[in-house]
Amino acid sequence: MTLAVFFGCSFIAFGPALGLCLFSVVREPLRVIILVAGKAIEGLVALSEDGCSPISIQQMAYVAGLGFGLMSGAFSMINLLADALGPGTVGIHGDSQLYFLTSAFMTMVMIFLHTFWGILFFHGCETQRWWEMVAVIFTHLIVSGLGSRVRQAPSQDPEGPSGALSLSCSLPALPALWCCQLGPTVAFSAISFLFSVIGGPPFVPAGGRCPGAPAARE
Amino acid sequence: MTELSAHLPQFQHGQLTENFPDNHLCNTNDNSERRRHDNSERRRNDNPESETNGQPQNRTQQVVEQDEEDEELTLKYGAKHVIMLFAPVTLCMVVVVATIKSVSFYTRKDGQLIYTPFTEDTDTVGQRALNSILNAAIMISVIIVMTILLVVLYKYRCYKVIHGWLIISSLLLLFFFSFIYLGEVFKTYNVAMDYITLALMIWNFGVVGMICIHWKGPLRLQQAYLIMISALMALVFIKYLPEWTAWLILAVISVYDLVAVLCPKGPLRMLVETAQERNETLFPALIYSSTMMWLVNMAEEDPEAQRKASKSSTYDKQANQIQNEDADLDDGGFNPEWEQQRDSRIGPLESTPESRAAVQALPSNSQASEDPEERGVKLGLGDFIFYSVLVGKASATASGDWNTTLACFVAILIGLCLTLLLLAIFKKALPALPISITFGLVFYFATDNLVQPFMDQLAFHQFYI
Repeated sequence: MTLAVFFGCSFIAFGPALGLCLFSVVREPLRVIILVAGKAIEGLVALSEDGCSPISIQQMAYVAGLGFGLMSGAFSMINLLADALGPGTVGIHGDSQLYFLTSAFMTMVMIFLHTFWGILFFHGCETQRWWEMVAVIFTHLIVSGLGSRVRQAPSQDPEGPSGALSLSCSLPALPALWCCQLGPTVAFSAISFLFSVIGGPPFVPAGGRCPGAPAARE
Repeated sequence: MTELSAHLPQFQHGQLTENFPDNHLCNTNDNSERRRHDNSERRRNDNPESETNGQPQNRTQQVVEQDEEDEELTLKYGAKHVIMLFAPVTLCMVVVVATIKSVSFYTRKDGQLIYTPFTEDTDTVGQRALNSILNAAIMISVIIVMTILLVVLYKYRCYKVIHGWLIISSLLLLFFFSFIYLGEVFKTYNVAMDYITLALMIWNFGVVGMICIHWKGPLRLQQAYLIMISALMALVFIKYLPEWTAWLILAVISVYDLVAVLCPKGPLRMLVETAQERNETLFPALIYSSTMMWLVNMAEEDPEAQRKASKSSTYDKQANQIQNEDADLDDGGFNPEWEQQRDSRIGPLESTPESRAAVQALPSNSQASEDPEERGVKLGLGDFIFYSVLVGKASATASGDWNTTLACFVAILIGLCLTLLLLAIFKKALPALPISITFGLVFYFATDNLVQPFMDQLAFHQFYI
């Protein structure tokens, strides 16, 4: 495959998330730490919770969700990208030729979904609304279930190399793939985004809570 | 073993330092320290006669009052220091992984070092395990012996010996290893090169490196050289250590680091304490320092004398480091040296900042107004090396390939975060290897054996979770 495929797929999958990172995370060291270490630093943040927290809970939810999303996306995508740099032809045995492209789009959507789920879940935990947490878990299961549904449509023997080949050969045509898996996933992502926005944008300066924070930060 | 020593306020107020040597070993939270110093100083101005006597009590009061504010600022500045270390550690690991993935020389088996004489190409698994345990034991003993030798040399003030050793070590690293590295890169990319151009390049690289590391130079350039030599050393380790031996050595070195830095009779701790008693800097050349601005704060009491004293002692220490490294050339020995250096950093009081200050000829008028945020952190090069060895070995030998590499990388960063957090809490020299290496090893084996087959199947079936 070509460099174009490599760069194209990596930018599709990681572009938006890295853009989010660049514009909202990189400037604040605390956010970078939470991005990498997630909730491990929660205790440390709580330490300074004397009415003047350097990072609000929404920001932490956003950054933690983004971190989880990036890691999950990286784990899904990185071996694919490494193979995309090497020799080969996609779909030479009759599989879909757009395997890389669909993987890249699914990865992008999953990163967004993880970010939104993170925000929603934190919000649910904070405001004791159990239905939010259940909704997050439920949609997560549905999105993952979509993938398996699509794959199992033609019931072949999934074991063994020949089984795998015939399974992949019987993958539904691309439009159906996009309708059944990518479409609903994008829809869920949009819905989750709307909900998280309703919950409050992550970067509303917690001005009321801590007047000194913005000044102290810079 | 790295301690992140970030500040020198000890020397700012010469009398203050003696009162609380315990607290100030290695702080990254200069701001809190500084505030305490400032408050103490103010009080000192008020009651000039009760300087040494009244300070402990004043100090505790101030500590209590400032604790809340300190926590907040501790968090902020601690976070900033963590980021200041993320970048160089990441860069070193990226260089090592990129080299491992592209230059096949460093994954080819061309024999082993004399420190690991037992081969791992044995018939039975039991024999292989035994050989690797013996290899690791020999390597660790060499490291312990070298460390004790260095401590002894330092205690008896054999600075010339140490100095010469360090110079020879860094010469070898900057010229010979980089020559080999460049040669292999050219071979990989099939670049035609003549010896004259190569000699010119290596000569310039090496000489500028020696100057930057042991004398004066722009901060970024010095940092870049330190990262490069750490990466070169890590590549040597990755090439010449067989697999099981490498993992075992990583595990045992973390334990050794923990013991040597924290036990009262540990060699590294003794080294640091000796350095502190003598008010000297330890091995500044082999410590990565993120900033040089510290020095400005130093200029309060008799800056000239301090600078001169530190400069000469600095050179001695540097020599020590190089010398130690030299002996280990083939390898193993470097570790003790670097570890020692790391310890020395803890002492940090003056170490680099002083010589740098003299070197950089910073203005001495902006002492009191120096921004505490400008104080940096220090990390020993040995830590860079072992982090990179772990990630490099993961990328070279793992079946999970990039998944495992990424997991180990994140594990090391998380460990570094936690180490810095502990440093902010305990405010004393801490070993930087144990937490990161433990996480790295756990993540490596877990990802390679459990996560990677799972992710492989998920990706194959385009199943997203």
